[in-house]
Amino acid sequence: MKKKNVIIGIFVILPSIIAIAIFVYGFISWTVRVSFSNWNSFSKLLRGVYKFVGFRNYERLFQDTRFQTDLWNTLFFTIFFLFGAISLGILMAILIDKGLKGSKFFQNIFLFPMAISFVVTGTVWSWIFAPGTLPANPQGLNLLFQKLGLDNFMWGWYTSTYSLGKFNVALIAVIIAAVWQLAGYTMAMYLAGLRGIPNDIIEAAKVDGASEWKIFWKIKMPLLKPITLSALIILGHISLKIFDLVFAMTGSGPNFVTDVPAIYMFELTFRSNRYAMGSAIAIIMLLFVAIVIIPYLVSSMRGEK
Amino acid sequence: MKIREFFTYFLLAVIALFILIPIYVLLATTFKPLEEIGISDMWKLPANWSFSGFIKAFQKLGPNLKNSFYLTIPATIISAFLGSINGYVFSKVRFKYANLIFTLILFGMFIPYQSVLFPLIRFLQSIKLYGTIPGLILVHVVYGIPITTLIFRNYYSEVPDELVEAAYMDGAGFFKTYSKVLFPISIPAFVVVIIWQFTNIWNEFLFAVTVTSSPDKQPVTVALVNLAGSQVVEWNVQMAGALITALPTLVVYVLLGKYFIRGLLAGSVKG
Repeated sequence: MKKKNVIIGIFVILPSIIAIAIFVYGFISWTVRVSFSNWNSFSKLLRGVYKFVGFRNYERLFQDTRFQTDLWNTLFFTIFFLFGAISLGILMAILIDKGLKGSKFFQNIFLFPMAISFVVTGTVWSWIFAPGTLPANPQGLNLLFQKLGLDNFMWGWYTSTYSLGKFNVALIAVIIAAVWQLAGYTMAMYLAGLRGIPNDIIEAAKVDGASEWKIFWKIKMPLLKPITLSALIILGHISLKIFDLVFAMTGSGPNFVTDVPAIYMFELTFRSNRYAMGSAIAIIMLLFVAIVIIPYLVSSMRGEK
Repeated sequence: MKIREFFTYFLLAVIALFILIPIYVLLATTFKPLEEIGISDMWKLPANWSFSGFIKAFQKLGPNLKNSFYLTIPATIISAFLGSINGYVFSKVRFKYANLIFTLILFGMFIPYQSVLFPLIRFLQSIKLYGTIPGLILVHVVYGIPITTLIFRNYYSEVPDELVEAAYMDGAGFFKTYSKVLFPISIPAFVVVIIWQFTNIWNEFLFAVTVTSSPDKQPVTVALVNLAGSQVVEWNVQMAGALITALPTLVVYVLLGKYFIRGLLAGSVKG
């Protein structure tokens, strides 16, 4: 009886397993194969002839200045976006967790950007950060600065080609939009964590005369470490793949100041039919994500049993 | 005490202001006539309220809005049922390597879809579903398997095994146990999964822009980006388009926020 159910059960999930085997692992292998080929023009696609060229596409990519810019952009975007979304998320969670009247209302406001598409977020923020023609005809935030008499704060936002070391300052606009979208997510994670802390620990600390500040840093934060790790991993993998937001907001920007690997991949594959190079970028992105996600998945599966 | 409370409210208000600024700009711009966009101030409310931008955006995006519904509703429903039955198997029917297989499935949730995109399109072309809404439905159902299975598996692991065992004892088979015991108590999980899938599929862009090539087949997110066009951006139409694109998922959020949060937390694996 039971054995029969196991067999039926396996049959029932078989289609899903096969689908994932093909659509995830099969297709990834296919992309890897293409990335090792010379499939870099449409005529070759039509004739269906392409040959194995080893790591040539990868070598070319790492020598490509645009791709180098993409990697630096990804690095800086990830650092500042993670820092922004996590610190703002923690702050939101602390403030909401105090349980003052109206907390629920604020919580709902903080979370609603998560319900919206990155494309919408990008569209709206591209209007807010539209610099206008400076200095005479500012637009967006620049216009607000002008009205407040803060003319010195007016600048080109995502059209700016200035960089500090390898950090293109045009990214700031994109980072702000991304933090706006995802800080609420971090807040939700930390709120769930804060509410899971047993009350008697906090009470005991209060009896011992610990200040609220001390309770937070010495008791709550250490207990929230797993949440911080989850947040870093979840937001990190989003940031390594970021596409829609940048696409809708700025595209590549002048001199690729806001370009990211996903945009370059999209253009190579779908605009110039350079499938092998596009596939190589896709595989590099996959490797980045895998480095972050695989240890996380393995540890959370082990943790279960 | 009072000062501390005031300070908390002050900080809450400042953050809320930051979160709400785009909404203010969105609404103020949407309802301005085009003349006011050019000459006057984007931070002011419209001097003359106008629906012309909204109407124009709706005319342009209307067909795509319909596409998005045709895409999202079936894809969401199929995903939910598939996830439910998978979740049942992974939580109640124990078999060898179940955990390993489940982890391998879960990985599919995190991959950059760029790494499967080109083969996927070739595959859709070969089965004649490329550029169609059913093709996109297939894509979203398949790549939805990890998250929907995860949410249902977590939900069913809270259900005592004895309940399922008892049904088996009473002679109920695999499917009867599902339909009579598990399915009736699954409503909360279904709500979470349906909201999660609806929101994600509605908001999705990469598959939408690469799998559908002709404008009349494109979901609304793609149409919104194309709305910008090449010449002068009509910002009132653009903002109205953004509003129209965001509205369905915002309505879901407002009506069912609690379940939305649960879905959100399920997406971070350790829910």
